[in-house]
Amino acid sequence: MRLLIVEDDPVLSDGLAVGLGLSGFTADAVGTLADARAALATGGFAGMVLDIMLPDGSGLDLLAELRAAGERLPVLLLTARDRVRDRVTGLDAGADDYLGKPFDLEELAARLRAMLRRQEGRAAAVIEWNGLRLDPATQTGRVGERELRFSRREFAVLHALAEHPGRILSKTQLEERLYGWQEEVESNAVEVHIHHLRAKLGRDFIQTLRGAGYRLADRGHEA
Amino acid sequence: MSSIRRRLLIILLAGTGAIWLCAVIWIQQSTRTEVGHVLDRRLQESAQMVASLIRRNGGIAGPDAASLVDDAPALPDTGHHDFARQLICQVWGFDGQLKSESDGAPSGQLAEQEGFSERTVDDEVWRVYTHVDADLGIRVMVGDARFMRERLVHGVAMGLLAPAMLILPLLAALIWLAVRSGLAPMDRLAQALSRRPATDLSPLGETRAPAELRPMIEALNGLFHRVEGLRERERSFTAFAAHELKTPLAGLKTQAQIATLAPDAATRDRALVQIAQGVDRTDRMVRQLLDMTATENPIDSTAPAEDGAKILADVAAALGGLAGARGVTLRLETGGAEWRSTQAALLAPALRNLLENAILASPAGATVEARLARDEGKVRFSVLDRGPGIAEADRPHVTERFYRGAASPSGGSGLGLSIVAAAVEAMGGELRLAPREGGGEQAEIILAGETQAPAS
Repeated sequence: MRLLIVEDDPVLSDGLAVGLGLSGFTADAVGTLADARAALATGGFAGMVLDIMLPDGSGLDLLAELRAAGERLPVLLLTARDRVRDRVTGLDAGADDYLGKPFDLEELAARLRAMLRRQEGRAAAVIEWNGLRLDPATQTGRVGERELRFSRREFAVLHALAEHPGRILSKTQLEERLYGWQEEVESNAVEVHIHHLRAKLGRDFIQTLRGAGYRLADRGHEA
Repeated sequence: MSSIRRRLLIILLAGTGAIWLCAVIWIQQSTRTEVGHVLDRRLQESAQMVASLIRRNGGIAGPDAASLVDDAPALPDTGHHDFARQLICQVWGFDGQLKSESDGAPSGQLAEQEGFSERTVDDEVWRVYTHVDADLGIRVMVGDARFMRERLVHGVAMGLLAPAMLILPLLAALIWLAVRSGLAPMDRLAQALSRRPATDLSPLGETRAPAELRPMIEALNGLFHRVEGLRERERSFTAFAAHELKTPLAGLKTQAQIATLAPDAATRDRALVQIAQGVDRTDRMVRQLLDMTATENPIDSTAPAEDGAKILADVAAALGGLAGARGVTLRLETGGAEWRSTQAALLAPALRNLLENAILASPAGATVEARLARDEGKVRFSVLDRGPGIAEADRPHVTERFYRGAASPSGGSGLGLSIVAAAVEAMGGELRLAPREGGGEQAEIILAGETQAPAS
């Protein structure tokens, strides 16, 4: 899942991008509100990690703008100001979650997963489809007693498709979720990941709709 | 330790004692004079009385007449009396014969001349009055012993002084009590102050205090107010510093966790490099926070004067590592400008932050110039870089604390220029930031050339 990180401290910003990447997210980082607005305009983000004190203003202002414009993008506020009053202000401004600095990377990842899960309308952490149980926290899958291991990108593709099993995702949409701006995307990368997934899950688990994209096969399919 | 109470007690007791002593001496003297007068008058009357008695009896035939005085009405015997038999009498003829004398009179002649005289006879000093009766041809001499007079004077004086002796300790006690109760408000104030916890800086109540203590209480309250202000600033600074340090700490923690979780060596090494950078940046921020407090501290006027060129050179040398790491060359031009400053504690952080900014803004391979020049009685420190310069929109705000321009190099704390501005203001100088001709920024600190150079 692709996240927008708005944080001006270069070391922390880099840590967030890399660390969340290790947890299966794809993260793009910007350092100012202006860049954040530009990035949001391009779309494709599943959530945002937002610092409050930024060089060109307060993250809370951006949050207020988004909510005023009817934007439902889940937002986690990440800030050094973590007194109760600050948390209340942040949450009331429209944030979905709030984490004080310094934080634990794993907790941040878990909160983001929970936040995105709620956004998708799911309560369970584990996604089930056609006998496959996907655990985003460990980025592993299980079919019956058999445990499946995926690479980071493979899991990201599978996770994207499993969130809305009936929905078709185009190659471009999948690429957007897989890769940040700075990453080079090889033209056949998505096909390669789909190929590896089919090898692990069975050929028919993922359907290819020529010219449209990919989706998970209907219920009743046996892996 | 000087004690007001002890001083008051000593002054009051010594003063009272001295006055009392003067009074004693005065009483003694006036008693002696008065008693002397009275007794002299007695001697005179007695002598005249003896003479008139002799005259009435038809003169003195022989020594038998001595009974005259002996038979003279004596004081009624009231038992033992110190002053009994205090008078003696001799009657001498003009022919030099002792006609008569009273009991206890010395054997020799009491006086040679008429009127009052004193004479030592048989080791005793006598005060004598000699009455000369030319008709009868006799000299009547009446005298009394000096020691008797002294005893009398002493008795009278003691009678007067004994009550005063009793009064003296009472007076001392009264003075002690008065001093104690007079100074009680001071004790109460001291107790109130000593009972105060360090956190209580509320003003002291003035309404009940005596007028003499009010200025002190007002001064104390003023001090409390200032200390409270200082403490409030320190408290907000501490909160603020802790808050500011959380972000770099979060970065460090995140990178450390990445290094732990890293699936491959490349990711781990990258995280370690980030950690090293994060520590450097945090270190810089901590130093800036310390610089910030330095600019708020009062100037130490006793600091030794240091060579301005050396301060600049030291700052540049300390930043050599940073410049080297970023591929920036530092060039110093001091042109042998002779100038010494007693405010190195302010000047050094100001220069360091300017130079640091210039280095961080410069592209690799660029040169940062630092100059020290004197002109028209002013001292001018200039720092010139070839970086992007300060954006016009940010220019009015760059010296505000925590202001970070959107175009400023990422990761700045927003403290650097606010420290420079505060330090320059504290030195009474001027900070000028302007675009440099040909690109970059030109920062100048202009100080009065004379005031910082001490006479020595």
